[in-house]
Amino acid sequence: MNELQLKVLELLKEDARRDAELIATMLDRSIEEIKQVIAELESDHIIVKYATVVNWSKVDDEKVTALIEVQITPERGRGFEGIAERIYLYPEVKSVYLMSGAYDLLVEIEGKNLKEVASFVSNKLSPIDKVLSTKTNFILKKYKQDGIIFEEHEDDHRLIISP
Amino acid sequence: MAMIKDKETTTSIPRKEMADYLSPMARGIKPSGIRRFFDLVSARKDVITLGVGEPDFTTPWHVREAAVYSLETGKTQYTSNAGMPELRGAIGQYLNDQFAVEYNPADEILVTVGGSEAIDLALRALITPGDEILIPEPCYISYSPITTLSGGVAVGIETFAKDNFKLKAESLQAAITPQSKVLILCYPSNPTGGIMTYEDWLPIAKIVEENDLIVISDEIYAELTYGSKHVSFASIPGMKDRTILVSGFSKAFAMTGWRMGYACGHTDLIAAMLKIHQYTVMCAPVMGQYAALEALSPHGLEEKDRMMESYNQRRRLVVKGFREIGLDCHEPEGAFYAFPSIQSTGLTSEQFAQRLLEEANVAAVPGGVFGLGGEGHLRCSYATSVAQLTEALDRIGNFVAKVKQGS
Repeated sequence: MNELQLKVLELLKEDARRDAELIATMLDRSIEEIKQVIAELESDHIIVKYATVVNWSKVDDEKVTALIEVQITPERGRGFEGIAERIYLYPEVKSVYLMSGAYDLLVEIEGKNLKEVASFVSNKLSPIDKVLSTKTNFILKKYKQDGIIFEEHEDDHRLIISP
Repeated sequence: MAMIKDKETTTSIPRKEMADYLSPMARGIKPSGIRRFFDLVSARKDVITLGVGEPDFTTPWHVREAAVYSLETGKTQYTSNAGMPELRGAIGQYLNDQFAVEYNPADEILVTVGGSEAIDLALRALITPGDEILIPEPCYISYSPITTLSGGVAVGIETFAKDNFKLKAESLQAAITPQSKVLILCYPSNPTGGIMTYEDWLPIAKIVEENDLIVISDEIYAELTYGSKHVSFASIPGMKDRTILVSGFSKAFAMTGWRMGYACGHTDLIAAMLKIHQYTVMCAPVMGQYAALEALSPHGLEEKDRMMESYNQRRRLVVKGFREIGLDCHEPEGAFYAFPSIQSTGLTSEQFAQRLLEEANVAAVPGGVFGLGGEGHLRCSYATSVAQLTEALDRIGNFVAKVKQGS
């Protein structure tokens, strides 16, 4: 990863709608060069997707997210990969991380309500062979996600004209 | 029966107007041209402002937290008049590392209430009434009024867009008289974004030497240069003892509201400034000093670099934008201002700024308020978000097209 690629990624991470022309101007490069860098990052799957960060709590109060600590027995030859896959293929599962520490997988699940998440855990997740235990933690409030603060406290407090 | 005093009959001798009590000095100072414009802008809604002379970053959290912690642990007392020794030490180290100028924290560094206080102290310490103070313009709006307050005579030296607003030796030479005493320098420049390189400084230093001038070098934007590193005037051979270097934390560390600045110079000059400082403000606020100390930590310097990169990206965006709109814009190599020429529109900077505000809802500062050479330009700060800058450039583009079509 070179410096230019990093800078392009940082600018896109701040705002994915920035086009090659704007980025080229900001980094003092040609548009063609930036287009090529972005194309490479996309084909290498370094840029995976251009998505929108949504504060869902403003859309749907009932919606819940849970972080579930899952302990599993690794499989011979495949380690955690096979079970991780069985879990992450469920659409309810938003993210899955292999963790160091007291448990193995951290699974993020989103549901319409508490009941839906509870039912997913008891009907889908726990019964998986090799899953030893689960511990469900519901998220009560999101303050910050992916470096973005959800509370609107970053207003511009500056005087509109100053010397 | 008690006497009831009649208010009317006890009225004293006819009073003077309150303003009549003011000193001729206070009355003589002109209100800032920025102030009038501020009132115009404040009356409007949804203005995109390019008129702000401060970073759009909030002070990094770990710096703010250092101040909070100092309060929690009861660090609420006076500090040494010159500032906490550890802060002076950190400033000395920082200046040496970044700009290769060496000052002894014991008696050559003074922590002040913003760079502004440092400039005031320096002028008060140096001026004998009637002394001429040389000020390259366009420049920050305070130098001339503070000179007047100290009994000095401000002598503007015009700089030009064709020279990227650098101070030229011939202009300086032409302004010198037997009364010339002090030269005030501010590079990187507010409002022009102009800088001075080592080669640019050499002939200036020669004139300073030949005419036995003292230099107040306001280097508050020293960290904000793009392409070449800032060269402190004090680092030019032979100039250190003649120079009072003024700087602070406002711009580079996004700490404008903290009012943390400093002055460095020859111990005799700093001692005189310290005397005035201790009788007027005693010491800079202690919590600000703790915050400043944290700003100079490795973590603080990293944050500073991150902010610089972001200014540079936005600088390219606005310069290109102005040129595409058809406004001449010299390359601003420092600070966070672009200073495009609006002469092609046929409007004065005041007319342009006022109509831009009223017709396009974009605020920027008319160049005329910054003194000689500022007329015909517009100071546009690019310390604002990319989205706002893009929108502002769109609006300015439409406005300029309209003006050029003669409507």
